[in-house]
Amino acid sequence: MKTIQVYDPPMCCATGVCGTGIDPDVVNLSSMLTRLVRHGIVVQRFNLAQQPQAFADNPLVKNLLEKDGKAALPLLIMDGKVHVKGRYPSNAERSDIVREALGSAAETLT
Amino acid sequence: MTLSGYQPDPASTTRFLFFTGKGGVGKTSLSCAMALKLVEVGKRVLLVSTDPASNLDEVLETTLSGTPTMIAGAPGLTAINIDPVAAAAAYRERLIGPMRGVLPAAALDSMEEQLSGSCTVEIAAFDEFSGFIGNPETTTAYDHIIFDTAPTGHTLRLMSLAKAWDQFLDKSTSGTSCLGPLAGLEKQRGIYEATVRILADATMTTLVLVSRPQGAALREAERTSKELRALGVNNQVLIINGIFATTCADDATAQAMQQRGMSAIASADQFIRSLPSFTVQLRSINILGLGGLRQLLGDKAEAIPAELTKIPWVAPHLESLETLVATIEQQGHGVIMTMGKGGVGKTTVAAAIAVMLARRGHIVHLSTTDPAAHVAQTLAGQVAGLTLSRIDPAIETAAYQAEVLRAQGTALDEEGRALLAEDLRSPCTEEIAVFRAFAREVGRGTSRFVVLDTAPTGHTLLLLDASESYQRELERQARTSQPEDVLHLLEHLRDPNFTRILIVTLPEATPVHEAAALQEDLRRARIEPFAWVINASLLHSGSVDPLLQRREEAEHRYISEVVDKQATRTAWLPWQAEEPVGPEALERLASAKPTSIGDDEG
Repeated sequence: MKTIQVYDPPMCCATGVCGTGIDPDVVNLSSMLTRLVRHGIVVQRFNLAQQPQAFADNPLVKNLLEKDGKAALPLLIMDGKVHVKGRYPSNAERSDIVREALGSAAETLT
Repeated sequence: MTLSGYQPDPASTTRFLFFTGKGGVGKTSLSCAMALKLVEVGKRVLLVSTDPASNLDEVLETTLSGTPTMIAGAPGLTAINIDPVAAAAAYRERLIGPMRGVLPAAALDSMEEQLSGSCTVEIAAFDEFSGFIGNPETTTAYDHIIFDTAPTGHTLRLMSLAKAWDQFLDKSTSGTSCLGPLAGLEKQRGIYEATVRILADATMTTLVLVSRPQGAALREAERTSKELRALGVNNQVLIINGIFATTCADDATAQAMQQRGMSAIASADQFIRSLPSFTVQLRSINILGLGGLRQLLGDKAEAIPAELTKIPWVAPHLESLETLVATIEQQGHGVIMTMGKGGVGKTTVAAAIAVMLARRGHIVHLSTTDPAAHVAQTLAGQVAGLTLSRIDPAIETAAYQAEVLRAQGTALDEEGRALLAEDLRSPCTEEIAVFRAFAREVGRGTSRFVVLDTAPTGHTLLLLDASESYQRELERQARTSQPEDVLHLLEHLRDPNFTRILIVTLPEATPVHEAAALQEDLRRARIEPFAWVINASLLHSGSVDPLLQRREEAEHRYISEVVDKQATRTAWLPWQAEEPVGPEALERLASAKPTSIGDDEG
C-alpha cells in the first residue's frame, strides 16, 4: 500500500484561513487526501508550526529544508520519493498522484 | 435605575471567582478587594493575577512571583502573579526549543511568528491557570481561588472540542484543521476538561463582569456575558466600576461627566437588569496599599485628601492634532491609520484628521470600522473634498467565514468542520477579514489621503507577508482570491512617508501599557508609528471637583511615560463632555492646544 506524506509550511491554518486569500490548490489537496484515505492509502500530514519533530525526523525533508530553506515547503512525498516541492500540486499533478497511488482503481475516483 | 454598591456576602461566595473586562476597567483592584473581604472573615484565599501591567506588588505591599506568596498584611491571603507574555514565551519555547540546531533558522523563524499571536498568549495563560482549577490537589489549602482574568469564549470552545485533544495531545497527524497554538499544551487532558466543566458549574464558579459607566465598555460586557452564557457559564454578576457623582453644582466638567455616566447606564438598562448588577464609586487615584483596597468595597465614601499632592511635574512637549496634520499633508497623499484598543477614540481621531486635511484643500477619503459610526455619518456631504465609506467588521467576517466554509467544508468530516468553524470564530479571523477590506482602501492612497480608524497588528502583517512572498514566487496571483492591493501592502505600510500610524491611548496605566504592546508588535513587522495621541485627558479641564482634580494629577505620570519612553511625537486631546459631532466640532477638537503648565494654573 502506498504512503503519502505532506509537509506543510508553518501555517497557523493548513486551511488557509489565516491568509488573505484562499488557495484552491490547498483546499483541493485536502479533499484529494481525504478521498485517498477512504481507499486505504496511508496519508500523513505535518504542519511545521504544529509537528516540527516530524520534519526533523525525516532526513529527506530535513536536507531539503537545509538546502532550500522555507522555499522547500510544501512537500509532497509518495513512498519516500519527492513528488511536488515548494508548492501545492496542480490539477494535472493531482490526477497523476491519484493514478499512481491507486493504480487501476483510480478510474473510480476522477 | 438605582443600583446598590458591590457588597459581596462571603457566606454565599463560590469557590472560584473570575473577573473579566477590557483593559483598564479595574479587574485587578476589584479582585484584590474581594480577596481581602474573604480573608477578613477567616477564609483562606489564593489570588491568581495575570495582569502584565500590574502594580500588584505595590497594591499588596508584597513582591509577588510565579510561585504562591503569602501576603504579610493580610493573613490567609496568598497571591501568585503569572506574566502572560512570559508564559507565552515559555510555551513557544517548549515547541521550538527542541528544534534548535535541528531545523534551519528560516524554519524556526516562521514557527516563531506563527506562535506569536494573541491566541497563543491566551492559550498559554489558560494552560497556566487551568492547573489551579482542574486539579483539586493543587488548591486544597484554599477556600477560594480568585482570578483577575477569565478565558474567552473562543478559548473555552477550543477546549471543549474533542477533536482538539485527539489531534494535539495524542499527536495524531491526519488533521486538516488548524489549532497550532494548542500544540504546546502540556497538562493532562483531564485537567482541561475539568476546568471547562467547573467554569460552567454555578455552584462552583462566579463570573464577575467588570465594566465602566461608558457605552462602549457596557456593550463589550454584554457581548462577553452572552458569549459565555452560551457556553453554560451562567452564574454572572456585573460590576459597573467608576461611578462618578459630583458635589460641585457649578462645575461644568464634573456635571457633564456625571451626566454622561448616567446616560450610558440608562442606555444599557436592559442588559443591566438581566443579571445581578452593582456599582463601585470612582476613586480619586490609583489604589495603593491594603488600606485603599479595603476601602474600595467598604460602605464608606472615599475620604479625599484636602490637598493635592503637589508633586512637581514639568509638562512634556505635547502637540495638537493640527500640528501633526501639518507634517502629514506635506506629502500630498498617503494613508493615515489610527490604532488602539476599543474605546480609546480611534474613530474620533481619524475623523478629526480627515476633516482637517479636507479643510486644507486636500482630497481625502475616510473609512471607518466603527459599528456605531456616528462620527462618520455626521460628515456625509458636509466637507468639500471628503468622501466616506464604512467597513463593517461583522459583514466582512461573515462573508469571509462563508467563503472558507464553502471552499473547504465538503472535504471535511463533521468534527473537522466544527474545528474549522471554530478557527473562523477566532479574533484573528475578524482581523484578517477586516484586513482584506482595508487593503482595498490603502491602495487608494497613492492619489489622495486615505484615513482609516483601524490598522492590522504586526503579527497579522508578518503572517500575511509569509504567505504572500510564497504566492509571489509561484506567480499565480491571478488564480487565487488574493487581492492585488494586498501584494503591495506591506511595502506601503513600511514606508514612513506613505503611511502614518497614530497610536491612540488614554492617560491611564493599563491603556498606556496596552498601547505600548501594540507598538512593539508593529515594530516586529518593521513598522514605526508616526505619533501617539493621548485622548480624553482631564489636564487643563479647570474642574474644581476634588476627585477630578486628583485624577487630573494622576494623569501626569502616564503622559510623561508616553512622551519620554514611547512616542516620537505626541498629540493631546482634552476630555469631551459629548462625542464631537459634525465638521466644526471635530475641527475644534483637532486644534485644541495643550496649554503649558503654569500659564493657567496657580
